[in-house]
Amino acid sequence: MLDRSLVARRDRPLGAAPTSNDRARVAPAPAGVRLSLRVRGAEGLSSLGLGLAINRMSAEGERFSARLGPDEWLLGAGEAELETLEGEIAAALGDRFRSVVDVSHRNVAVEIAGPDAASALNAGCPLDLSDAAFPAGSATRTLLGKAEIVLLRPTAEPLYRVECWRSFATYVHGFLVEAARTA
Amino acid sequence: MAQPHRLPQGGRVDRATPIRFSFDGRTIEGFAGDTVASALLANGVHLVGRSFKYHRPRGILTHGSDEPSALLQVDRGPGKIDPNNRATVVEARNGLTTSSQNRWPSLAFDVGAVNDLLSSVFVAGFYYKTFMWPRSFWDKVYEPVIRAAAGLGVAPQVADPDAYANRHAHCDVLIVGAGPAGLAAALAAAKSGKRVILADEQPEFGGSLLHDTTATIDGQSAEAWRIAAIEELDGYETVTLLPRTTAFGYYNHNHVALTERVTDHRETPAKGAPRERLWQVRAGEVVLATGSHERPLVFADNDRPGVMLAESVRVFINRYGVAPGRRIVFVTSGASAYAAAADAKAAGLEVVMVDLRPERDCGPEAADLRLKGVEVLTGQTVIETKGRKRVAGLVVAPCANGTVGDRRVIACDCVGMSGGWTPAVHLFSQSRGKLAYDEGRDAFLPGVSAQAERSVGAAAGLYDLATCLTSGYAAGAAAAGVAGGRAFAASQTPTGFTPVRDLPTDANPAKVRAFVDFQNDVTAKDLKLAMREGFESIEHVKRYTTTGMATDQGKTSNMNALGIVSKALGRPLPAIGTTTFRPPYTPVTFGALVGPARDALFDPIRTTPIHEWAAEHGAAFENVALWRRAWHFARPGEDMHAAVDRECRAVREGVGIFDASTLGKIEVVGPDAAEFMNRMYVNPWTKLGVGRCRYGLMLKEDGYILDDGVVARMAEDRFHVTTTTGGAPRVMNHMEDYLQTEWPDLDVFLTSTTEQWAVIAVQGPRARDVIAPLVSGIDLSNEAFPHMSVREGAICGAPCRLFRVSFTGDLGFEINVPADYGRAVWEAVFAAGEPYGITPYGTEAMHVLRAEKGYIIVGQETDGTVTPDDVGLAGMIAKAKKDFVGKRSLARPDVVAAGRKQLVGLATETAALVLDEGAQIVADPGEPIPMTMLGHVTSSYFSANCGRSIALALVADGRALMGRTLHVTTPAGFAAATVCDPVFFDSEGGRIHA
Repeated sequence: MLDRSLVARRDRPLGAAPTSNDRARVAPAPAGVRLSLRVRGAEGLSSLGLGLAINRMSAEGERFSARLGPDEWLLGAGEAELETLEGEIAAALGDRFRSVVDVSHRNVAVEIAGPDAASALNAGCPLDLSDAAFPAGSATRTLLGKAEIVLLRPTAEPLYRVECWRSFATYVHGFLVEAARTA
Repeated sequence: MAQPHRLPQGGRVDRATPIRFSFDGRTIEGFAGDTVASALLANGVHLVGRSFKYHRPRGILTHGSDEPSALLQVDRGPGKIDPNNRATVVEARNGLTTSSQNRWPSLAFDVGAVNDLLSSVFVAGFYYKTFMWPRSFWDKVYEPVIRAAAGLGVAPQVADPDAYANRHAHCDVLIVGAGPAGLAAALAAAKSGKRVILADEQPEFGGSLLHDTTATIDGQSAEAWRIAAIEELDGYETVTLLPRTTAFGYYNHNHVALTERVTDHRETPAKGAPRERLWQVRAGEVVLATGSHERPLVFADNDRPGVMLAESVRVFINRYGVAPGRRIVFVTSGASAYAAAADAKAAGLEVVMVDLRPERDCGPEAADLRLKGVEVLTGQTVIETKGRKRVAGLVVAPCANGTVGDRRVIACDCVGMSGGWTPAVHLFSQSRGKLAYDEGRDAFLPGVSAQAERSVGAAAGLYDLATCLTSGYAAGAAAAGVAGGRAFAASQTPTGFTPVRDLPTDANPAKVRAFVDFQNDVTAKDLKLAMREGFESIEHVKRYTTTGMATDQGKTSNMNALGIVSKALGRPLPAIGTTTFRPPYTPVTFGALVGPARDALFDPIRTTPIHEWAAEHGAAFENVALWRRAWHFARPGEDMHAAVDRECRAVREGVGIFDASTLGKIEVVGPDAAEFMNRMYVNPWTKLGVGRCRYGLMLKEDGYILDDGVVARMAEDRFHVTTTTGGAPRVMNHMEDYLQTEWPDLDVFLTSTTEQWAVIAVQGPRARDVIAPLVSGIDLSNEAFPHMSVREGAICGAPCRLFRVSFTGDLGFEINVPADYGRAVWEAVFAAGEPYGITPYGTEAMHVLRAEKGYIIVGQETDGTVTPDDVGLAGMIAKAKKDFVGKRSLARPDVVAAGRKQLVGLATETAALVLDEGAQIVADPGEPIPMTMLGHVTSSYFSANCGRSIALALVADGRALMGRTLHVTTPAGFAAATVCDPVFFDSEGGRIHA
């Protein structure tokens, strides 16, 4: 019988509090489920955002689906929803060949919001983040300074979610805080 | 009296806001809106620096970013100091400390001025001619002396405390320059509703309109038009206005780099605001409205303080309300200087106009000026200036058909000269556009564009105000893709000039010092000497004489230099060509280029979930790629060697714990996963059972080892691949490259899981005892869970992939848990291990332990030229496989030839001697040099477990040399060592199966 005191706690890499810059507020996002879904020829399906165009995303609450490439989706859900999400994938794709890999602990998210959020991101992201070029529902893999990120804009709000790998989180968070300060 | 040369009225300075700053220790008073240059002139200070080479007294030549002479050290507070600021660009404000450069002990008395007396020695190519022999003098004498004498100003001594920002931006139309042409272009482009960025290096938009006080546009004053235009532009949401922003580089795909000076002009900047911001703009279309530079005239001692450009005299009077002199002589070969002379006269200054053109070539401007009561001399040449540290007179003489008449000295305290205008085509040239020489304008003008770009206004050689506005508007509309032009009515601009090169003189040409490039101290004589010495290509002349080089980039000097070369060679100007303009247009601070990439943001520092624990427990860290890994855990009083010895013994005798989280991990998934693995690795994978692991070896196409790592089969269609720490991105790219380009038919997907898993290696005879109480759902017995197998279960309630693998040669487990659980599980394992004396060990002990077993490290035993057979791993290669990456290369003649270097062990004769890694190995230390080198040491450590030093080496035919004594270089001479099997510890290998 396992000693309950030995049950592992979960430590997120960023304990940082949100920064208080009103025009570009930077805050680490809570932990959640992230699955990397790779599948070919599933565009005709409507569930799980499989019908999205490349570089588009859909979001509802903690759930989101971002199509990052012809055969690649990043799926997000609340921390307790791993099995639910895996079940939905199984139901949607049946026997179709796919790769589902749990990357919940690989990915760390930082949110930046406010009227200067896009300008702050542009301190390190070379993409055009104007409403016309990067509207609500945009999602892409890109760069922030020297780190690779996935940049998500779930809604028309000036709120962007920056997902990076765990060991880059300190850099990415620090970069955004500095960028928000000098935007 | 403060500011004795401030005019009683006029100028854009704010006379209600006085400011003060220091120059060479003296307090200078000025007004808000002044530049350092205009404030100095208001106080009668003309001598502001010493020239680069000859240390000649220099003043203020221009009013803008083309200033070659007035370069100052500017100190804005502790650490905020930088050299070579143009006094004509730095905005004067309270709290600045400025000083002159290149002088000692003082600006007025400069010992270095002896160079000027020796100027006949310091001719073009002086360094090349002089510092040639003796060769041994170069390192010890010439270079140190040249380095000490070189450069202007003093580099800062402490780290720059300022913040610098970076901004990528996109727009449809970028307009560089907000003079009349740029403003008109912006008005037209903005109407389209497209995104427009308008940038100008000045604090205020308007360019020449800021000092052209008499001009009118569309029936109103130019100033009223300017204000209305800016207001209109400001009203557009889609228009970004960037004053104090210099476009300095024009790169491919309309990528233009600009620096915005955000806070230098502020006495108390907003907290945290950056000093500068680097803009990297990707523009759909670019409109270059960069204006033009006035040319100096080339005559003897034309660099004397008080001699400036005619238009600059006008700017100081009209824009800053400053009299650069009370008695001003204008010398010109064109019409524009007449406007300056008229404005000077109107400001109540004494004015004489000297025109180099014969009377018949002068336009109506000469008669107009005479009507204003100004003496106008035509058909003149300038012989020289009088005075020392300030001009006191100008010596002129009538000149016709090359015959110089009687000299006349005109007393003066300021000279305004104009040799015509040179369009600022620097950015156009950087864009790779082709320049074309226009004889009528005596200038290289933008010709064929290489990018989506248009040049307008003076940058295109159009100097008339109405033409500037019309061409600007048309270009702005066209750039924005909208139809429509409009005509502008504007007051007439006096334009046109006769090109002159060096002026005719009756003086001894050997004595004449007529400067062409003021910043680099190049005279007309230097250029002619270069020509006589056979330098005919303008690019060679530039490098030999330094004309047009460095930060100045020939802004004021380019056309004069070309003209002199053209005349001396007797070839037309287009045949001479022009030099390439290089970015940056004006100097850019290192801070702006570095941006936020300093300190913690210099590079991402990757740390594992267990990093903090290691830091708390005394770990020293080493850098491995971007990762920071625990190197060893020295206790107080222990040095690294003692710590590593202790850690190594602990693993062999009890149990050690090691953070292996940085290992690269790739999840290979799909029905063709095993086939994919077969093709990528030398090993066979088809028959590897689920739950089993195999050491995988991966080659490049050339047959040399690329990477290695343990691979586990999690399911029929799923592999958990591990790579080296530094090789993870390389291996992932290598695999993706093959999958996407060579074998798109394979049903396989790759996902990097390096950071999904924290990896805790528990190694040593007690490893099983330590983890057993924490693991659930896995039978840990040797029978159920043998070496090289993997099980999924839980540890401390966290899901885990538990590997029974060992990089130490002892019983070992590698616990993979989702990264966020890493630290908690590590702490639990550590606590469970304490009764067994569990010892955290670092990468150094890991290296020693694996070397004791002869396990290679890719990048240490291999260097990109090592095959599997070279390191004794040929047995890994699947014989039955049809192909794998690198297979064919393994049959290359040189790969199968005898005599290749092979991995062996080396046991030094002196057991305590630890060889140097990289040391060369020879058979006979008595062989004459060059000796036959057999190979080199790849790994070398002291092994506490073996009680002696151990080394791995690559030695030619090494496996045939077992037992032979070879000799290895050491700092103290050769050391004897015996070739031995690379496995130093537990050669039977029983411990790993315990």
